Amino acid sequence: MEILEKIAAQLQQGEEEEVAALTQRAIDAQIEPKQILDQGLIGGMNVVGELFRDHEIFLPEVLLAAKAMHAGLDRLKPLLEAADVPSRGKVILGTVQGDLHDIGKNLVGIMLRGAGFEVIDLGNDVSPERFVQAAKENDAAVIGMSALLTTTMPVMKQVITLLTEAGLGSRVRTIIGGAPVSGDFAQQIGADAYAYDGANAVEQIKALTV
Amino acid sequence: MRPKLRLLADDLITRILDEAREILSTLGVEIHNDAVVTLLGDHGAQVDREAGRVRIPGTLVDRALESAPSGFRLYDALGQETHDLSGDRVYFTPGSAAINLLDPESGEMRRPTTADYIRFVKLVTALPHVASQSTAFIPADVPERISDSYRLYLSLRHGVKPVVTGAFTIEAFEVMKDLQVAVRGSGEALAEKPLTVFSCCPTAPLKWSDVTSQNLLDCAAYGIPVEYISMPLSGFMAPVTLVGTLVQHTAETLSGLVISQLAQPGAPALYGGSPAIFDVRYETTPMGAVETQMIDCAYAEIGKHLGLPTQAYIGLSDAKQLDAQAGIESAMGATLATLAGINNISGPGMLDFESCQSLEKLVVDNEICGMLLRLAEGIVPRDDFPARPLFEEMLREGHMLIAKHSRTHLRSEHYFPGATIDRAQRSRWQDEGARTLRQRAHGEVERLIAADTGPVLAAETLRALEDLMVAEARRHGLERLPAEEN
Repeated sequence: MEILEKIAAQLQQGEEEEVAALTQRAIDAQIEPKQILDQGLIGGMNVVGELFRDHEIFLPEVLLAAKAMHAGLDRLKPLLEAADVPSRGKVILGTVQGDLHDIGKNLVGIMLRGAGFEVIDLGNDVSPERFVQAAKENDAAVIGMSALLTTTMPVMKQVITLLTEAGLGSRVRTIIGGAPVSGDFAQQIGADAYAYDGANAVEQIKALTV
Repeated sequence: MRPKLRLLADDLITRILDEAREILSTLGVEIHNDAVVTLLGDHGAQVDREAGRVRIPGTLVDRALESAPSGFRLYDALGQETHDLSGDRVYFTPGSAAINLLDPESGEMRRPTTADYIRFVKLVTALPHVASQSTAFIPADVPERISDSYRLYLSLRHGVKPVVTGAFTIEAFEVMKDLQVAVRGSGEALAEKPLTVFSCCPTAPLKWSDVTSQNLLDCAAYGIPVEYISMPLSGFMAPVTLVGTLVQHTAETLSGLVISQLAQPGAPALYGGSPAIFDVRYETTPMGAVETQMIDCAYAEIGKHLGLPTQAYIGLSDAKQLDAQAGIESAMGATLATLAGINNISGPGMLDFESCQSLEKLVVDNEICGMLLRLAEGIVPRDDFPARPLFEEMLREGHMLIAKHSRTHLRSEHYFPGATIDRAQRSRWQDEGARTLRQRAHGEVERLIAADTGPVLAAETLRALEDLMVAEARRHGLERLPAEEN
């Protein structure tokens, strides 16, 4: 549909106001909210993701596109909620206890919000108990943990253990990141995924929350 | 402020120039071309026909310096300006006239073919930081007598950027000029918008061969720019000291300048060269030696002191493979040359002294060039003052990723290298195949060549070029031009 293509195209250009206006026009034209979301907003954002991965565009363009998507989403949200379309899910983020390094974690947060996730950022030096409690309270789909120090890596395992003990092991997925950790380490401690950068984290979390 | 390298004190430059002029006026140069000897003699040089030496008085040097232009421009095959060779502007040109090509499959050097040459031309078209083509290597599938004109033909037919080239014989000049006239439409149009630069090399010490000195006359007559490529070899065919080598380089280059300016006052030329130290252990001429590169930058300083545009063969390597040595020597030379403000930097792609070209290395070197063009721009304020509003915005928004200031200046402040330079997180690098530099460069070579959209010149121009080349080939016993694809 032409208007949905237009939404996707304007979104790729980061045109916030255009995307909001076009989304409203699509709503007025009685197009299904779910269709506007999938083919217009998310369709455009998927292209942005591919272009970013191929280095055709850079982080700032991705974030601007994300802002434009939110502008459209704001128009769409009441209708989606009325139609009971599930949101992308909530992600709990934090740098693990004993670690104060949060640049990478913050970038992951920015990228996830851009991709339409709701992010609850617990900050740094987060205890295992706080991670699990936040997941429970918010009915989160994913816990994302970050560490820069090798000495704080074991905390990640503690979070996963505690999560299992709380009976949330099957419902809340876990993902880890940070310079000293790896895919192998993720497997060792029973984390569901490992991401090496912000964009990769979005891809991995999308896969976890399908 | 443009960052700048200086190697010579002002009084040392003056002294080197004085000594070079003294050598030109007392010992003179040996010239193996009657027309050039007569030209010099007619204008007051002292000719010793028996010894074949011509002593050039200081007055002739002064006159040449007065009429020589301080810069000139080059235009691509479509007539668009690409180079303003003046001041401290730098442009990169692939190293030229290699006899071998590094085969990426076998890792061995081999004789290149027409198809290799066309691939090279297409690659040069696609590389943003390599400003001109060069007749980079010599296709081995045509007779040697036409290998110079044939290279230029292929470059003009398949490429678009201006070409740094040269003639191997006196006769070849004619068709090489005609090919250019065919592109521009007339001799006048060619003189107005130069398309090539001809390398003309004196022979160390203090000699001009029949061919190269005649090339100077012929280029001057048609307004085709030249670059003088003096090649003193420190400790062998030049004094071992860098200063002694510079005196010789200065004398040889000034003699070339005098010939060009007498032939045609105002004739465009680059104060260039390809000197080297001589490695007495291996009997080789290392282009990657720091002393070689110091001589290059120092003579360029002398050229600038004289108000002339400059050139050097620098930023190439003696390594036999695309390895760390290739990177060290190429990057070091190219960095020094950029900081010295050498206008035409000839070197990218070259290995094994000046004898082997590599498409993969050219792709790597293109990244070196891109970084250096950024370096040359230096550090300048861009909407940075007052600084407080920027910091207020950062504290308010939490980051600067989408700030207007970032968006406005990101791509000019930060240079983004292509896929050859690895800046990925280690895990991403592993995910994408843990590819080595050579593999990444090879991937880029293939990608860029595949994206070429074919010749840019009009069909009738292409036909005229082909007719000229076929006639030239037939004159030398080659009935048909080689196939353009393997």
